[in-house]
Amino acid sequence: MAIEVRIPTILRTYTDGAKQVEGTGSTLGELFTDLDRKHGGLRDRLVDDDGLRRFVNVYLNDEDVRFLAGLETPVKDGDTVTVLPAVAGGAG
Amino acid sequence: MLTITRELHDKIVAHARRDHPDEACGVLAGRAGGDRPERLIAMTNAERSPTFYRFDSGEQFRVWREMEDRDEEPVVIYHSHTATEAYPSRTDISYASEPGAHYVLVSTRDADTAEFRSYRIVDGTVAEEPVTVVE
Repeated sequence: MAIEVRIPTILRTYTDGAKQVEGTGSTLGELFTDLDRKHGGLRDRLVDDDGLRRFVNVYLNDEDVRFLAGLETPVKDGDTVTVLPAVAGGAG
Repeated sequence: MLTITRELHDKIVAHARRDHPDEACGVLAGRAGGDRPERLIAMTNAERSPTFYRFDSGEQFRVWREMEDRDEEPVVIYHSHTATEAYPSRTDISYASEPGAHYVLVSTRDADTAEFRSYRIVDGTVAEEPVTVVE
């Protein structure tokens, strides 16, 4: 069972430069835990004590998982999960 | 150094003026590895705020996917400050997540002149760079 996970430039230090890695799990949360076993420290960049980090966008196929079930979102073989850091900022 | 056409420079300033007093934001895409902005993609500011901006997450996904399909990358990420100078704030610095991009800031605090400046922001360090506008 393999789920493809696309990694943004800024997180490729955790994946030895790979822009795509594979993982398993039946929910997004399990998938991130699985990825962290192979790419230590990656999970911490995606998840904090309150769940998915606020300024990291995670998509299951082409939907933002905030509109699905967050870390509880079910994932399955053949799915693609994409991580994109939010583009944000401002004067104040 | 940022090299940008007059046309794209003026489009960014026009976008900033149009969205004033909210912050405007967007991307200039260019061929991957080329470091030349080629086309402007104005993005919706999901915060719709005079002091904060955030790309709409669904829009960002589509735009990033389209750039990948076209073998492009985000060469410039721009946004405007509506009452302060065109210099990256602490928030701008902490959220800068594209180390290869030029971060352009425009200030619309003055109705008659637009400040247009560019920066590299890598690992929390800001370095201003000269802007060369070409015809």
